[in-house]
Amino acid sequence: MRILVTVKFTPDLQSQRSFTDGSVTRTADDGSMNELDENAVEAALQLVEAAGEGEVYALTVGGPDAVAAVRKALQLGAHHAIHVTDEEVAGADVFGTAKVLAAAIRKVHDETPLDLVITGMAALDGLTSMLPTALAADLGWAQLTLASELTVADGTATIVRHMPDAHETVSAALPALVSVTDEANKPRYPNFKLIMAARKAPVAQWSLADIGVDGASVGAIAARTTVVEAAPRPPREDRRVVTDTGEGGKVLADFLIERGLA
Amino acid sequence: MTTVAVLVEQRDGAVARPTLETLTLARSLGTPVAVWIGAEPGAEALAHLGAHGATEVRHLDAGDAGRLPKVRAAALGAAASDADVVLVTSTFLNKEVATLLALETGAGVVVDAAGAEIVDGRVETTQTVFAATWNVRTRINAERAIVGLRPNTTQAAALDEPAAATPKTVIFEAPETPETLVSVEPVPQAEGVPLAEAPVVVSGGRGTNGDYALVRELADVLGGAVGASRDATDEGWISHEHMVGQTGTTVTPALYVACGISGAVHHRGGMQASGTIVAVNIDPDAPIFEIADLGVVGDLNDVLPQAIAALKEARGA
Ligand SMILES: Cc1cc2nc3c(=O)[nH]c(=O)nc-3n(C[C@H](O)[C@H](O)[C@H](O)COP(=O)(O)OP(=O)(O)OC[C@H]3O[C@@H](n4cnc5c(N)ncnc54)[C@H](O)[C@@H]3O)c2cc1C
Ligand SMILES: Nc1ncnc2c1ncn2[C@@H]1O[C@H](COP(=O)(O)O)[C@@H](O)[C@H]1O
Repeated sequence: MRILVTVKFTPDLQSQRSFTDGSVTRTADDGSMNELDENAVEAALQLVEAAGEGEVYALTVGGPDAVAAVRKALQLGAHHAIHVTDEEVAGADVFGTAKVLAAAIRKVHDETPLDLVITGMAALDGLTSMLPTALAADLGWAQLTLASELTVADGTATIVRHMPDAHETVSAALPALVSVTDEANKPRYPNFKLIMAARKAPVAQWSLADIGVDGASVGAIAARTTVVEAAPRPPREDRRVVTDTGEGGKVLADFLIERGLA
Repeated sequence: MTTVAVLVEQRDGAVARPTLETLTLARSLGTPVAVWIGAEPGAEALAHLGAHGATEVRHLDAGDAGRLPKVRAAALGAAASDADVVLVTSTFLNKEVATLLALETGAGVVVDAAGAEIVDGRVETTQTVFAATWNVRTRINAERAIVGLRPNTTQAAALDEPAAATPKTVIFEAPETPETLVSVEPVPQAEGVPLAEAPVVVSGGRGTNGDYALVRELADVLGGAVGASRDATDEGWISHEHMVGQTGTTVTPALYVACGISGAVHHRGGMQASGTIVAVNIDPDAPIFEIADLGVVGDLNDVLPQAIAALKEARGA
């Protein structure tokens, strides 16, 4: 079983973030692997463990600090790490990012075929959930997205997908792309041995030239969308905190009535 | 003339409320046409869509296969081939549909938008990002635009002089897909307004200790839906469909009441853009108070019954 997991570097949700010229400004020490990608790594590790053989590749596309994302995957137990980084990727939209990821995946797949690509359900920074679909399309593989359950048997992957009105079971022949939700599993914690090993493990650094992608076709120039304005949401005005000393419920009711909400 | 296709969300054969909001927004961008995927729309649905601005209702059916993103995207593409702008409700399924349609047509996509307008011949959208702590404006550079709109971000309004929408059947053959829909198991729907569309949401977390009676009663009194934190759904106190947050349902009601919820960043990300936020929590240091318009530090078992009684009394008076 050979599985590649895509992991994204995202800024720490608790830290302050900002935009510069339409892109997220990040510093090296305030981010890590997108939390939901831990579920993707976990799903891959579990499948390889159950099969009793196989390898897990972690792949990220991003600036120099994005290497932290694949290092985290190594800490969790991934066997190989690939970091695609190139100045020309800056400003890429979801379609550009998908193109770069797909080219890197093909490079791995052409050497020794992969069975699955597993992604997180969404990156918690932007939460678009568009990339898995775009990536599957670029690869020309089946998309089994938003999996709450995933099983692989006899060359077929089957998922359960929780939609608001129904639970769907969907299957496809391998190789396929699967995105997993946080219901799919409970990510493990890295152990000390893996943390130490991850520090020294090699990370393959690929440029766009290495994977045969023309920068002009994926970067800011090619982006179909551009952020033209960004500002922190103003804090709520007139915030009030009261302590209940027997009248708290009345205060609440009066507040709703005053605002015309009840 | 800009043609704006609006993908209709349905509930039991009727038009779901977010679609009326989307049609209202579509009118400000151009000429709306509705796309209805599924069993043929009834007279009431046609009237409802017409009253909110749809000039045509283009109907096509793909059966159960229409649940697959690729089939749905192909259907939408067939019905909206002449549209400059396609608007959908921002659901997980529609985000995938929008992505696939964009790959097919070269359109630019923004999902989770709170609004859209045309500026210098291009669509610009507004939305919140980073757990709803930032506002951004995005310009779609491509000639064609697809926008996923969040429910409750536009006020639905009927036309002053409603015109009838013309129904049209679109010939459509579903494409073969590498994915097979093996089974579909319907989930029982909560009564009342669905969480994502509710004008009021009252949520309970770990602080309820599993008893949702007070939360439900307050929701009833306020005409709202019941939400929950992930800890509560993980405990099995309430079904997963009620979970509010980044990996659950994102809500933007006019009023959000958080009861016994600490306000973890994952939860806040799914409700922080709500109109008014009220929090009841026994811990004065709970982070939820940082974003609450009104915070009541107290035991929800004391505060909620009193609030419910006072609201009922005010209503009776
Ligand atoms: C990848 C990931 C995704 C996640 N996605 C989501 C998500 O989408 N939605 C979500 O909600 N969570 C999500 N979580 C979980 C989230 O981080 C928190 O663990 C969760 O929101 C906490 O739920 P809670 O507030 O009910 O519980 P707690 O944090 O335990 O808070 C309970 C609160 O109740 C108060 N309380 C106790 N008793 C009373 C009383 N009698 N009266 C009044 N107040 C009382 C306490 O003071 C406390 O503040 C996610 C986590 C991860 C890792
Ligand atoms: N730059 C990236 N590098 C690697 N994986 C990514 C990148 N961007 C998105 N992904 C993957 O796509 C998933 C969904 O992201 P998104 O569509 O951006 O919400 C994430 O959970 C990741 O697995």
